[in-house]
Amino acid sequence: MKAFFKDPLGSLRRLSQQSGFKAFLSSLICIGAGIFVGFIVLLLLSIFTEDIPVSDAFRGLLIILGGPFASGSGQDILFTIGEMLFEATPLLMTGLSVAIAFKNGLFNIGAPGQYLMGTAGSIIVALSIPANEKNGFLVWLLAIVVGTLLGMIWGLIPGFFKAFLGINEVIVCIMTNWIAANVVSWVFKDSVFVNSASGKTAYTLKTMTNHVATPKLGLDNIFRGSNIDMAIILVILIAVGLYIMMNKTTFGFELKACGSNREAARYAGMNVKRNIMLSMMIAGGLSAMGACFFYLNGNIEFAWDTYARLPDTGFNGIPVALLAGSNPIGVIFSSIFLRYIGKGGYNLAGYTMFNEYVSDLIVALIIYFAGFANFIRMMLSGRKKASVKNAPAQPAAPAEPAPPAPPAPPAPPAPPASDSSEKGGEKA
Amino acid sequence: MIFLIQQTFICTIPLLIVAMAGMFAERSGIINIALDGIMIVGAFGGALTVYLFIDKGILTEKAQLIYVIAMLISAVIGALFSLLLSFSAVKLKSDQTISGTALNLLAPALALFIIKIFFMQDKLVMPTLPGGVSLNFVLLNPDLPGFLQAFFSRAYISTYIVLGLYIVLSVLLYKTRFGLRMRSCGEHPQAADSVGINVAKMRYLGTTISGALGGLGGFIYITTSAGGTASGTVAGMGFLAIAIMIFGNWKPVGIALGSFLFGLLRCVGSSYASLDLNGDGVFLLKDLGLPMYFYNIIPYAAVLIVLMFTAGKSRAPKAEGIPYDKGQR
Repeated sequence: MKAFFKDPLGSLRRLSQQSGFKAFLSSLICIGAGIFVGFIVLLLLSIFTEDIPVSDAFRGLLIILGGPFASGSGQDILFTIGEMLFEATPLLMTGLSVAIAFKNGLFNIGAPGQYLMGTAGSIIVALSIPANEKNGFLVWLLAIVVGTLLGMIWGLIPGFFKAFLGINEVIVCIMTNWIAANVVSWVFKDSVFVNSASGKTAYTLKTMTNHVATPKLGLDNIFRGSNIDMAIILVILIAVGLYIMMNKTTFGFELKACGSNREAARYAGMNVKRNIMLSMMIAGGLSAMGACFFYLNGNIEFAWDTYARLPDTGFNGIPVALLAGSNPIGVIFSSIFLRYIGKGGYNLAGYTMFNEYVSDLIVALIIYFAGFANFIRMMLSGRKKASVKNAPAQPAAPAEPAPPAPPAPPAPPAPPASDSSEKGGEKA
Repeated sequence: MIFLIQQTFICTIPLLIVAMAGMFAERSGIINIALDGIMIVGAFGGALTVYLFIDKGILTEKAQLIYVIAMLISAVIGALFSLLLSFSAVKLKSDQTISGTALNLLAPALALFIIKIFFMQDKLVMPTLPGGVSLNFVLLNPDLPGFLQAFFSRAYISTYIVLGLYIVLSVLLYKTRFGLRMRSCGEHPQAADSVGINVAKMRYLGTTISGALGGLGGFIYITTSAGGTASGTVAGMGFLAIAIMIFGNWKPVGIALGSFLFGLLRCVGSSYASLDLNGDGVFLLKDLGLPMYFYNIIPYAAVLIVLMFTAGKSRAPKAEGIPYDKGQR
């Protein structure tokens, strides 16, 4: 901090040269661009459609950006924030699941299937073991373990196919997704877990009916009336733990090494097959655990006949991971951000002629711009490169007047350098 | 049996054309994971076209002509939408998985956003004709003899358009100079560039063809299998088509076999209860008493099992997914 006051410009420059900061900056640029283009869409629609006043586009933008804070009275705002955090819980887990697989060079599009296996496992355990107020917590724990194990098995299938048969994980993930959807529907059909009271049979019983529910830790007193429970704290801890695992342990290093270059990792003596299996297993477990946390809340019903539809939370793990650049800490923020925008979308439907799909639109645009990350980073470091070239000259010179002068000196030596490299290319 | 053939066509055709779409993009070097989104956009465009024709009372007595025009429009819209992918992948050298995923998110959001603003509901159902007759593009020829009935009664004109396209596209990719050039861009773009092939142009073309076929497939899917309803989903058909393409080893013959196998098993799953193969009034599959879910699982499990035995022969285009960089060797 002291250094910052001594030399504020220099500190900022050093900060902007750190790769983490650059990634953060390019994420911000993506988010800004996504919101801007989304706003343009709203504006165009409002201009060319008679029913929609142009002012709606501006109000719509403010409401979207306000997220849960545009929900009305203070009580409503607290409730919506609580719901936002609760909905972010499973999303954070599926985001972590996709991110871990990404780090290992795998595209875990199987998160929906793993999520469904976790759902089925946790609900069945939570409802089939009779519990009371005292031992409810033990059953809760067991339900999470069983659900997570099922998800790990489901993640192992594509891992096995990839590691030992060399089959693209995307195809196996898609197949296992639909198999899971049908297996889960099959298990619940006509079972005792379905809430068949009052003639409606589309949902399972709430796990609360068996005294199994995630402890609230008083969070529901702060965010009154919402479903928030301690799971949000647990998943944030898990994300931090994964960050440490990925960045501070040998295992994490091996996963990343296998992700960036399989052959080099193998040559360095790492067991690539084992790492593929392990990372897919962990990814499956994470997705499934997210489902456990969501459905063991106690107050949630599961629409069991899912054979024709996969859960969105699973697929939405992909944008969460992409937005976070597969960084587990980033996933915490990106998952909450997605629900933040989502809540804004629902408010939008109430106050303007637009509807809640605007938030999906903006998220999609943000991810689209995130695809340009290479390009943006190149632009950012293009500016940086000029200053790096100056860097050797700088220590001697008194820092400040450097920028305007140096662009000239590096220019002359450049052509011969590129010339020689071209010649080298010709020879080879 | 006739019923089974008719149904198999309906299940197979969208998969076939969309898997071909994926193949064209990947053989030119672009991973098109956005096929699901492209299908959704194409389906929306086609359904909107039909809606406008009926709403404005144009050509209402020539349903088949409307169908063909709507198919063309859906292909154009799919192609335009795919430009978003090729622009980011070719021009900006983006990560194609990310861009594709973004389009998969963008398509349903955009379609539902517009549908809900103008139709006040979450889906766009193709309207009924002025006389209250529900619009159906199916060709009915009940007078034909049995064998021909299987192919030409309760059939769709789109089936034959797709089969024609399949042959034309296969020839285009394997028997023409253009096809050879395109495939070379997916295998070794540096080599292709060194002999004067414009890699960027080839990749734009491959992705645009892919987008057109994907949009067409999406519209055919909703008219033949989803009651003509455009909503923000095609039930994961785009991803299935990608799986079929990988299963078919990025080759037309493999894709045809894969989509036929999958389509057949899938239609057995969806109509097992009314399936009477030899016409003796015994519904064998129904009498087994297994639930629908079992039959639904079969096609997916079958693909996995077949893959297990054919593993190792998979041959993806070498340069797919890698942005072309002139300086790289």
